[in-house]
Amino acid sequence: MASVRVETKLWVWQRLSAAVLGLCVLVHLGMIIYAVQDGLSAAEIITRVSGNVLWFVFYAVFIVAVAIHAPIGVRTILNEMTNLSPKMTHIVMAVLCLVILVMGFRAIIGLYQAGASL
Amino acid sequence: MSNTIQVSVWRGAEEGAFETFEVPRQPSQTVLDVITYIQRNIDPTLSYRFACRVGVCGSCAMTVNGRPRWTCRTHVDKVAGDGTLQVAPLRNLQVVKDLACEMTEFFDKMNRAEGKFHPTKTRDDDFDFIKPDDKKRKQASAGIECIGCGVCYAACDIVDWNKDYLGPAALNRAWTLVNDERDGGNDVRLAAVAGDAGCHACHSQQGCVEHCPKHLSPTHSIAGLKRETAKAALKGLLGGDD
Repeated sequence: MASVRVETKLWVWQRLSAAVLGLCVLVHLGMIIYAVQDGLSAAEIITRVSGNVLWFVFYAVFIVAVAIHAPIGVRTILNEMTNLSPKMTHIVMAVLCLVILVMGFRAIIGLYQAGASL
Repeated sequence: MSNTIQVSVWRGAEEGAFETFEVPRQPSQTVLDVITYIQRNIDPTLSYRFACRVGVCGSCAMTVNGRPRWTCRTHVDKVAGDGTLQVAPLRNLQVVKDLACEMTEFFDKMNRAEGKFHPTKTRDDDFDFIKPDDKKRKQASAGIECIGCGVCYAACDIVDWNKDYLGPAALNRAWTLVNDERDGGNDVRLAAVAGDAGCHACHSQQGCVEHCPKHLSPTHSIAGLKRETAKAALKGLLGGDD
């Protein structure tokens, strides 16, 4: 068992990131619905979103929130449902966090730069 | 209404089987009345626990038709619509014999959650004056009527898969004391109830709320503990025992 301080702080981080995610998901879904209703194509979305610093910052925040929120939850599930040691679930949490950060930032950096090549 | 009721009752300990008895129906008959009838008229070796028979002592909880209930206040009419009853010991507790469970772990966890009063004054000091509409007083009052029957503990899936989890009753008890102005034990108490064996293990499934015979909301109490332990952690007040 990890210390009560670590558990409590992980809980706080997960709650804070959940609050950020709630807002991000609303904006994200709202934008999708808005874009689809206007009949935009993928190329048009890229034209509008890429190179836009505000969207880059928005999705950067989104990714950081996911990278905090999801691994903590996965760690809890592994602790409850598997026989993995607490140390191992901690490592899985850290690796998953890194994977989400790398994949996420690779995607939004690519999207940000895509506009330049159009 | 049929004149009799078919009752299958758990016999044995962890290993055992259900045994069926036929019991006469009576008006306003409770499940505890049925069990008592079996013991006094059919099989005196049947073991079960009760004391007050009026919903105060919390000793007669059993699993009735698959749900944990206080049997002294559970009318047969309400739970045995088809004229059959299945009565088993509470889940998540070791069975001593038949319908009697080993409650030691349940009550030990009340202690482990620091569910005991830490006095701050002596008999020479004046009383604390706490208004009935004080916010903390109201929060304490919301959870104070627990009778320690163990129904919430049996209803909780987290207790089922995490044997160290303190459980709804112990955490609810701790929450009433967190809100007790006269108590001075919150530093140790918040450290005791935090972590993956404490309030942070709760998934807010509310099995405890659904089944509590006193209509308390341990989930609400546990949410309060999560908030208070978070504040304590941010202030660096929680211990760091690994």
